[in-house]
Amino acid sequence: MKENTIKVTITDREGKTHKLDAPTDMNMNVMELVRAYELAPEGTIGICGGMAMCASCQCYVETPELELPEMSMEEEDMLDQAFYVKENSRLGCQIYLKDELDGLKVELAPESEISE
Amino acid sequence: MIKTDILIIGAGPVGLFTVFEAGLLKLRCHLIDALPIPGGQLAEIYPKKPIYDIPGYPSVLAGELITNLEEQIAPFQPTYTLGERAETIKKLDDGSFVVTTNKGTEHHAPVVAIAGGLGSFEPRKPPIKEIVDYEDKGVEYIIREPNFYKDKKIIIAGGGDSALDWSIFLTSIAKEVTLVHRRTEFRGALDSVEKVKELVKKGKINLLTESEVVEIHGQDKVESVTIKHTQEGNKTLEVDHFIPLFGLSPKLGPIANWGLEIEKNAIVVDNATDYSTNIPGIFAIGDVNTYPGKLKLILCGFHEATIMVQSAYKIINPDAKKLVMKYTTVSGITGFDGVKKEQQKAVTTKI
Repeated sequence: MKENTIKVTITDREGKTHKLDAPTDMNMNVMELVRAYELAPEGTIGICGGMAMCASCQCYVETPELELPEMSMEEEDMLDQAFYVKENSRLGCQIYLKDELDGLKVELAPESEISE
Repeated sequence: MIKTDILIIGAGPVGLFTVFEAGLLKLRCHLIDALPIPGGQLAEIYPKKPIYDIPGYPSVLAGELITNLEEQIAPFQPTYTLGERAETIKKLDDGSFVVTTNKGTEHHAPVVAIAGGLGSFEPRKPPIKEIVDYEDKGVEYIIREPNFYKDKKIIIAGGGDSALDWSIFLTSIAKEVTLVHRRTEFRGALDSVEKVKELVKKGKINLLTESEVVEIHGQDKVESVTIKHTQEGNKTLEVDHFIPLFGLSPKLGPIANWGLEIEKNAIVVDNATDYSTNIPGIFAIGDVNTYPGKLKLILCGFHEATIMVQSAYKIINPDAKKLVMKYTTVSGITGFDGVKKEQQKAVTTKI
């Protein structure tokens, strides 16, 4: 592991897996990492700006052995109203990248908005 | 009809600050917002959250920023249409616009500035492919008139306060109430959860947990829905109405149908000049717009508003001389009531 960098694996909505170097000294979260690497089209992820208000960054955490930050009330409320929610669902905007999350693996949940 | 110089759609921080910059150019503003109070998300959703990137404020509460903006724009006497959503726009022969809200209020202005932020908050729709086809044909996301459901078989989906409260309320009106929730727990007020339990015991609410509505069926209207249970599989229920209550999510709303160039749920603007859209006379500023290198920050919206009003001035006053930008530090500000705010002049005395 390089200094101030961890390895994060993200499976995008097309099922393609990306092994990424993620900085830990920028207070970045998983949603922002996905945007930075352009793994999901703009406008389909982080719509609310990372305030746990839209669930567009929902992801499934595949590394239960890693200790993630506890869910806030806002995140729990949002996931309760979101779709495609599983036991391991989290909002990417609420998972901040820290050294202890080295090896984190997540899969992006499907885009859930119905187009009219 | 309400007449103004610049009609601002969205009374969030960027919309409010537009009033100030327009006021400096002696332009009057009227703001429309779907929310009942000015301030957008800052006032409605996170008034107590601190913001750290407003120049000059190491930290400011979102609600406090709105209060300060309101104070700052007060000399320019903005007027408001609150609690109404801008629905339609019509361009008149002289190039001006008439914007009508969902409640029918009409506004006329030569310039429209869309400062709608993330958009209006619209009901979140469950991912059922055919749901759009059944909207207002048995699928409703908002209960407007409870008596509409008199003697009907209804299914409410969701696990929050809204789903619980309406399930309770409609037991006295509807013929049959079924509440469908993905989980076994409800995140509503304890009192409401207890009431639902009681009504389930009495047979007034048919409760289906660990379940989701996955399909809707019917010829011209909803006739039945398929419900998927985590362990037991699918079953179909005959219903008259399916009411999904999953909260709200930000959407561009009716603005999306105004003929503006839209890209990724945002309005494309010309950032090289003045944040104008593809329709002359309509500008888009703040989080609602997009251009190469766009940053969705309040301070960027403030900048965009400042640039935009210079062009708005030229549209509103086509024969005026070249506009000279003045520094408020030098010239102060004069409100529409004639009151001038400026730095006190130094007192000089003859020697």
